[in-house]
Amino acid sequence: MMNDLIDMFFSWNTNKNSREKAKRRLQLILAHDRANMNPAMLHLMREEILAVVARYVEVNRDEMEIELENSERMTALIANLPIVKFKSSPLSEENHQPIPADINLDLT
Amino acid sequence: MSRIIVVTSGKGGVGKTTVTSNLGAAIAQLGRTVALIDADFGLRNLDILLGLEERVVYTALDVLSGECRLAQALVKDKRIKGLVLLPAAQNRNKESVQPEQMKKITSALTKGYDYILIDSPAGIEMGFRNAIAAATEAIIVTTPEVAAVRDADRVIGLLEAEGIHNIRLIINRVRPEMVQTNKMMSVEDVLELLAVPLVGVIPDDEKVIVATNKGEPLVIAEDYSLPALSFTNIARRLEGEKVPFMDLMAEQNNILTRIRRIFGG
Ligand SMILES: Nc1ncnc2c1ncn2[C@@H]1O[C@H](COP(=O)(O)OP(=O)(O)OP(=O)(O)O)[C@@H](O)[C@H]1O
Ligand SMILES: [Mg+2]
Repeated sequence: MMNDLIDMFFSWNTNKNSREKAKRRLQLILAHDRANMNPAMLHLMREEILAVVARYVEVNRDEMEIELENSERMTALIANLPIVKFKSSPLSEENHQPIPADINLDLT
Repeated sequence: MSRIIVVTSGKGGVGKTTVTSNLGAAIAQLGRTVALIDADFGLRNLDILLGLEERVVYTALDVLSGECRLAQALVKDKRIKGLVLLPAAQNRNKESVQPEQMKKITSALTKGYDYILIDSPAGIEMGFRNAIAAATEAIIVTTPEVAAVRDADRVIGLLEAEGIHNIRLIINRVRPEMVQTNKMMSVEDVLELLAVPLVGVIPDDEKVIVATNKGEPLVIAEDYSLPALSFTNIARRLEGEKVPFMDLMAEQNNILTRIRRIFGG
């Protein structure tokens, strides 16, 4: 009993809990396996999402998370993107509506 | 209607053959007739775990090639009424068997047996395809380890894609003392990850190895052990009984306190 308690204490401290670690790793592995998406593709998707988001808000890249997660055999894309700053107008060119050539601006 | 259950895992060495033999014996003990099919062609060992290796004359391949009748190839277990084994060929090329042939043999067996348990080889290739071809239910065997759980998940996906949706999980080789000290994933952890219903938990126990040494299923051993009880419980759950899952840690402590009491400690 004492040994168990000592073990428990040490595994919390030193091992950083290999049980929890196994579980965390598996959560990621299974999400990727189930989505049938390789890490390179996930990376590409992540960058494209960020590029779109960056047109509107400034995101803290160090704190953000974009991951596949699953529960009950359902996979979801979970994004947590802490916003540093809102932008007053979208920066990118293609976001401006093109003005049709035949617009009539006559005031009279 | 007989039940055709494949026992599979993806990863090798996690306990498929151990489960097939012991569960088969446990179901037969409940009074059902059970045929075990060794679908691990080329690497058969279900006969060895059952202690029937000396009595194997013909194999599934001999049946398929017309060399013998199905009934001649079945090895009856003399210790357990209602239990028979259809051995796999040891020497011949495993590629020579086709899913259609497995279906034919299995459907013939349904005429005489309540349960047909198929011991699948490891992997997800042809041998696995053959093993699942005739199955309408699956038991996934895994251990609480990262690679085993990952493979189990792959296999669950493949089974679902094949239209086998009746899938249940056995978690084998659980070491409660390691779970308690956070060195091993718990049953709950694995269930949460795989999200398929649990049908049994088997402790990691040297009695399992002793039983295979003797070629004697756990449920007929003289000293009825914790792993034997696990198999009986799984058999009863398959039969539709609601059997509560035992708390392995509590069981272990129980045994320890009992031993201490005996020695006056
Ligand atoms: N609960 C357990 N406690 C202790 N040892 C076990 C337990 N379950 C299985 N084993 C041992 O693990 C080893 C592998 O078991 P087994 O042959 O049943 O695995 P398998 O999945 O059929 O392997 P393969 O993929 O090679 O067919 C055996 O030596 C067996 O005795
Ligand atoms: Mg095996």
